[in-house]
This record gives sequence, structure tokens and C-alpha cells, in this order.
Amino acid sequence: MSFFDTSVAEIVKAVQSGTVTAAELVEKSLAAIAEKNEEINAFITVCSDEARARAKEIDALSAEQKSTMVLCGIPIAVKDNISTKGIQTTSGSKILKGYTPPYDADSVERIIAAGAIIVGKTNLDEFAMGSSNENSAYGIVRNPRNTNAVPGGSSGGSAAAVAADMVPLALGSDTGGSIRQPASHCGIVGIKPTYGMVSRYGLIAYASSLDQIGPMGNSVEDCALLLSVIAGDDRRDSTNARKTYSNDAFSSVKGKKIGLPAEYFGEGLTDEVRAIIDEKKAKLVEAGAELVTVHLPHVSHAIATYYVIATAEASSNLSRFDGVKFGHRAEGTTSLIDMYKKTRAEGFGEEVKKRIMLGTYVLSSGYYDAYYLKAAQVRTLITQDFENAFKECNLILSPVTPAPAFMIGEKTSDPIQMYLTDIYTVSANLAGIPGISVPAGEVNGLPVGAQLMAPKWGEKGMLDAAKIIS
Amino acid sequence: MQYEVVIGLEIHAQLKTETKIFCGCKTSFGDTANSHGCPVCLGLPGALPVMNRQAVEMAVLAGLATDCEIRDKSIFARKNYFYPDLPKGYQISQYDQPICEGGHLDIEVDGQTKRLGVTRIHLEEDAGKLVHDQDIDSLFDVNRCGTPLIEIVSEPDMRSPQEAYAYLTKMKKILQYIDVSDCNMEEGSLRCDANISLRPFGQVKLGTKRELKNMNSFSNVVKALEYEIEVQREILDSGGKIIQETLLWDANKNCTSSMRTKEDAHDYRYFPDPDLVPLMVPDSKIEEVRASMPELPVAKEIRFAKEYNLDNEAVMILTDSIALADYFEAVAKGCGDVKMASNWVMSDVLRILKEKQCKITDLKITAKRLSDLLALIKSDKISASAGKKVFNAIEEQDKEPSVLVDELGLAQVSDTGALEAVMVKIFADNPSEVERFKGGDKKLTAFFVGQAMKATQGKANPKEINVIIGKLLG
Repeated sequence: MSFFDTSVAEIVKAVQSGTVTAAELVEKSLAAIAEKNEEINAFITVCSDEARARAKEIDALSAEQKSTMVLCGIPIAVKDNISTKGIQTTSGSKILKGYTPPYDADSVERIIAAGAIIVGKTNLDEFAMGSSNENSAYGIVRNPRNTNAVPGGSSGGSAAAVAADMVPLALGSDTGGSIRQPASHCGIVGIKPTYGMVSRYGLIAYASSLDQIGPMGNSVEDCALLLSVIAGDDRRDSTNARKTYSNDAFSSVKGKKIGLPAEYFGEGLTDEVRAIIDEKKAKLVEAGAELVTVHLPHVSHAIATYYVIATAEASSNLSRFDGVKFGHRAEGTTSLIDMYKKTRAEGFGEEVKKRIMLGTYVLSSGYYDAYYLKAAQVRTLITQDFENAFKECNLILSPVTPAPAFMIGEKTSDPIQMYLTDIYTVSANLAGIPGISVPAGEVNGLPVGAQLMAPKWGEKGMLDAAKIIS
Repeated sequence: MQYEVVIGLEIHAQLKTETKIFCGCKTSFGDTANSHGCPVCLGLPGALPVMNRQAVEMAVLAGLATDCEIRDKSIFARKNYFYPDLPKGYQISQYDQPICEGGHLDIEVDGQTKRLGVTRIHLEEDAGKLVHDQDIDSLFDVNRCGTPLIEIVSEPDMRSPQEAYAYLTKMKKILQYIDVSDCNMEEGSLRCDANISLRPFGQVKLGTKRELKNMNSFSNVVKALEYEIEVQREILDSGGKIIQETLLWDANKNCTSSMRTKEDAHDYRYFPDPDLVPLMVPDSKIEEVRASMPELPVAKEIRFAKEYNLDNEAVMILTDSIALADYFEAVAKGCGDVKMASNWVMSDVLRILKEKQCKITDLKITAKRLSDLLALIKSDKISASAGKKVFNAIEEQDKEPSVLVDELGLAQVSDTGALEAVMVKIFADNPSEVERFKGGDKKLTAFFVGQAMKATQGKANPKEINVIIGKLLG
């Protein structure tokens, strides 16, 4: 019987009571990784030595000390764009190969303090830019449910690691759907918290105004527990809202209004996914919730808006990868400019270069007003759309993606098709609101998730409803 | 042809905060290279900036001191460009919504007051330092990365290099008064760039400007501007067109060289920094900062002229810094003689400051000791020349004036009986001079005083001696 078949809270209790040791859990995790990672490629770095050493430390703690650790002894995977002190952090890029941060991200400090044990750093689309995990300099990740399918992205490694039972929990990051979409594709739960709930300190930025770290796990309960650990005050992140998330018992959804955005159930949604979401509607109604149709008139511009804002910020965020102080530096260069050019040409992959160029363009003198400024205005309209919708309802239910996971290589030649897989997820990032993906059904053996979105800081109500449909 | 010169200045002043603008690293100048760095100022992946409250307060103070409007909401923007001294590949600065706007500064030109516009003051971070004196490689020092700066941009209101000089002097004095910057051009805590253009008198439209950089002193700013005026005049006189350009001043060769033309000007791709929330400065904060404002140079100058009846030169010397002005005021009040206090401060105190290259607060001759010393002179306890000796002795020996007067035996002899005995002996020794004096040669008074000084090793009170001469020989 697998330790991971039960809830994280149960495993933690077992460690605290001494019926299982942290060392046993770490060995189990490392064994699963050893068995499956060659095929799945969920991990870029496996830190066996560090994990074993940490497990020993935890097992040596007194019962009293263990009792305060809500993730005591839990093996956890951390997306490789989240800084870990002394452990290589690549962000899926060749340009950061061998880069070892001298500091831990805030969320990493928090999970370590809570007793979690980092067993490895997970694969991702380079700098979190992608929806399929086919853009990593460390190879593609395969979907554990069908190894010919993509796991989704960019947190594909974290999703696959949980789905393949290598770890019970993982940290991901979500800029336009990068937690929710791979969670949906791999059949697990993933939460993108309200912007500002989890500190971004130590998260290698893709698009700073959209990025948010969040939990990925097997159940709503597990993710809620991890969220309560990583949420909170961090003065090192000026955009941190200094809010906490308390992991209280689930409440009923009786009388809650569930909004169904008309724009999300029209063209482009496959019939199979629509049917799965319909089942979840019924479940919520059964539990006493009420369905209402809402409108988000500007979300048709969400993908375009997202790609202008995200790439603009990325073009600036990625300027620091210049070969001067850390990471890859091209050899045999003849001048400073030559060094910059060759370093970045060698170090960045195609998708990253594409987005840097796009972002540079939209910020350029003469184009700024037409692109960046316009996108910022549309973003405000989309945010208002959600504010208005939440006057009519408490939560919004929608698909996570229009279709289940596609096959590896299927969409690599059609970037627009690839970008459109994020159509239901990017708006939550633009509006700064929370969203969750919950396993909802299967199409041809591939999992499909349902998404719930809530107003800012509405995580509790969102998870109550997520519990019902999971 | 006669042209009107149009000059605008951009001043960068390093703020005297304890720590850097976006992290907790120290800002100290001259420390071991790379001793003040952290993930934030090194621009490591994932590190984020956090605004320094003290830097904001100093920027607000600078804004208030130059009569700017303080924005209740200002925005930080990223200025994107690649350079090895810029770890993040962008500088965090302010762009279209700076913290201070629309101020002004008054300067004196030929006895007239002229008001010069201050367009804006914004906050930004300094870059690191590169050292290029190695064989192949350049060296990088992170210490300066993230040092807070204010950039003060003037309106193009100056019409001569002399006005630019007056503006710079005035601005420096204000920044030092409000204690936000050391304003040391040699150490780089104050830097100045100048924009200059020429236009025919009467023309409203501004001519094409060129930017001058790399001036390391105010006098070099004047020199560079004078040089550039001639260059532009020659181009225009010969029918040429001025091309927008950035020039570097070479202080050794006294000429400029081209740094870049408009064609290769950077496109900095400014956009709001998503890592920093808008900077909100509520009215209560502005009032709190305003309450901490010291008396500003102009107010102090006017008060000194009126209250102490000092001429303009003395006013300007004595108000050069708040510390000197405070010192003078303490001495004047302590000894009760403004004239005496100003003379001693301007000559002896400034001399000793120059010799010792120290701060006025580090002097052994404190304002209290100097005013005690001057009181001794005023009350004829010691002579003025003995006073100079005591002054120097205080600085050397760190003792009170009265103690040194005793130790050095410089107390003035005003005892009439003792002095009469001395004079009687002098008259007896010099009968012919006594005869001539009695015959009407009053100039011999000086001779008798001199003899009395010699006999008493300078301790005789000259006033007393005069009285005695009149009494005994009159």
C-alpha cells in the first residue's frame, strides 16, 4: 500500500505519531522517481542527499517539535523556477544551467519550516513560457496518464510528479494557467491563488504582474493545506498583500450562486469537455447552489492582452541573463556586445526568444501606446468584467481547457493553437483573482479538469465548492 | 550674429540614506569593493525591490525645498538597457509620474533675482562601478548598485554659463542644508549634465540642443558650456545645422568628444515596474517632512544680513553651511560682539578648518570656547595678539581659554600702580624722548607704548598705558 494513497494530513499525523518516518517517505519518493523519472522526465534535479539529510533531521526532532509542523516529513517537489539555496535552479533554461541560488524563495523557506522535504526541482517550459512542457532545455515531460500526451505547462513537471505518485505535493507557478492547465491535463488539483497571496520573492520572474506560486496535489484538502503554509506576509515582495490563508473545515455551498460565463461555453469548447462540466453543474445544484449566467464581455481579448503584457514584462525581466554575473556565458567572444548577443543566442530557446522579441517590440518607442498601453487598458476592462460578474454570483465555473491534453508535437508548429489552450485560464491572472483546477472526468482516457474562480481573497469559498465537485 | 544661449541642467545627487534604495545593504562610500551586495542589488533571479522610506522622505524634502508639488501617487518605471554595471539590465527610475514636479529656485544675477524653473525631481537607483585599469578584464564593484539618487531636472531657463553656475551653487547649498546629499562631485555623489542650444534673439522656438556630460566640477560645467557655445555659434554662423548629440567633456584637453548621436540614441522602453506598487505620499507625510525642514539658505541669508547687519560677502561666507552659520551665531551671541565674532570666524576659524581639513564640529575650538576667548579680549583680560596665541593653543592642547591664558602667562597687566612704576622707569631711561614729547611731539606715544610692551612681555594693557602717559607727562 502506498503512503501517498491517503491525504497529506494523514501522512503528517503518521510521521508525528511515529508510525512512519520521514526517512521512509523520502525513500519511497526517491524510489518512485528512480523508477519513473527516466520516462516521465518530471525532475530536472533530484536532491537525494539533501532530502535524506533533512529527513534524518526531522526524524530526530521531538514529538512536540514535530507537532507544530503541518507538513512534517512530506516529500515535496519544487518547480525549477523557484529559488532553492544551494540547489541548482535553472528555470528550464540552458542560460541558468549550473546556477545555484544563494538564497531560498519565501515559499521554500515556508515549506521547509513546515517540515516538508524537497526531493527535487521539477521540469517546466523554459522560464515558464509554454503550455505543453515541450519548451524545456532539459527535455520534454510526458503525461503519466498517457506518455504520448503532453502534461501541459508550464508547471508540467510538478503536475507529472504528483500524477505519477513520485511526490504527494508540489509547488508550481501560474502566469496564464501554468498550474491549472497541467493539473487538468494530468488529473490532479492545482490552485492559482489571488495575486499577492503568496510571496514572489525567489520566483524567477516571467511576467511579474501575473506570476503567482501555488500548490499542486492529489486533492483539494492537500492543496488547501499547502496553500495555508505558503500564503502570508513577506516584506521582501512589495506586491505581497500580507494576507494569510487559514486551512479551516469546508463549508456548505448551499445558497451560493455559481456563475457560468456565456463567453466560456460557446465556440471552441469540445462537446466532451462541455458534458463533463455539465455534470459538475449538476453536482453543485445538488449541493444547494444556484446557477446563473454571467457575462464577461471583454474576455475575448484576454489572450491578446495577456501576450502583450506578459511578453513586455518578460523582455525586461530576462535582461539580467546577460552572461555578466551568473549563468551561461558564450566563449570566444570579441566584444561586450558580441558577448551579450552570443550568450543570449546560445542560452535562450526559441519560444523565449520569440517572446523577448515580441515584448521588446510592444514596449518600443512609437508602439507603446498602441500595444502595451492598450493592453493595460483592456486588462482593466477584463478586471471590471469579473468585478461585475461577481456582483451576480459568488463563484464562476468554467472549463480549464477546451480539450484534454494533446499529443506531444501536435501543436508545436501552430503557436496560435497552442496559445489558445490558455483561453479559459489567462483572465484570472489578468484580473488577479484565484482559480482552481479540479479533476472532473476523462476523455479517451485523458483527464479533464473543471475550473472555479472566485473574487480576490475568495479562496475559502472557492475551495468549498471545489470539494463538492472533486 | 548674436544668439541667445539656452541652458537646462540635470543634477544627479546621491541621497545620504543608511541603506540602499531597494535593499538593506549599506551605502557607504569608499569601502572594500563588493562588500555591500545581496540578491536584490546584484539582480539575482527572483529577487525583488522594496522601497526605502528614508529615500522617499529625502526626495520629498528636496521637492519642498525647491517649491515643487509633491505627487500623492508616483510610479516607478524600468529604464531598459544593457550594461555590465547594471545587474538587472534595467534601472528602476521614475518616468512620467515623478515624485516632485513644478518647482523653482531663485538665483542672483548682476544684483537682480532671477527665478529658474525646476521641472521635476525623481527617485532612481545608481548603477555599479566598473574599473577598467586591468590588462584585459574589467572589474565590477556592486557597492554603488542601488544607491538612491534624486535626479533634479531644470527648465531650460538659464541664459549663460554663469547662471548655470549660480543655479548649481544654489542647488548644492540647498541639498546640503536639508542634509539629503553630500554633494561631493569628486566622489561622484553629485553629477551634472547640461543641455544647451542657441537661437537668434527674439526667436521663440528653441534651437536643437546638445547634451554635455562628464563634467567633474562646477567650474568645468562653466568651461564646457563656454566651449560648446563657441562650437554651436561657429556652426550656425557658417550656415550649418546643429545635430542632436551627446558630448563628453574632457577636462584635461578642454574640449568635447562625441558620445552618441540621435541615431544611436537608446530606446529605453520605459514601462511601469510591476515589482513595485505605486508610491503613495499622503498629505500627512508631506506635512511631517515639511516640519523637519531647516531654515533654508535664502531665509538664513536674509536674516543674517538684517539681524547681524553683515555685508553680502560676510553673509555668503557665514551661511555657506548650516554648521558654520550655527557656529557663528553661537559665538556672536556668546561674546556679544557680532563684528568681532564674524571677523574671527571668517579669518581664524576658516583658516584652521582649511588647514585641518576637518568638519567644524570636530574643532577643539568650539563655539563656546571661541566666545569665551573673545569675551576675554573684549574685557581687556588679554590683548588681541595674545588672543591669537590662545586660539592656536586651544586647537593644539584642547583646553579652556582661561586655563591657557594662565598657563601661557598672557593675562594683561591693567594694574595702574604696577604700570605706573614701569612707566616711571621708562621715562627715566629715555629723558630726551620725554623732552620731545613735552615739546609737542605726540607721535612718541607709540614709542612709549612699545617700550612698555617690551618691558612687560606684551602683557601691558595699551589703554592703561595711554592714560598713564597722559597723567605723568601731560
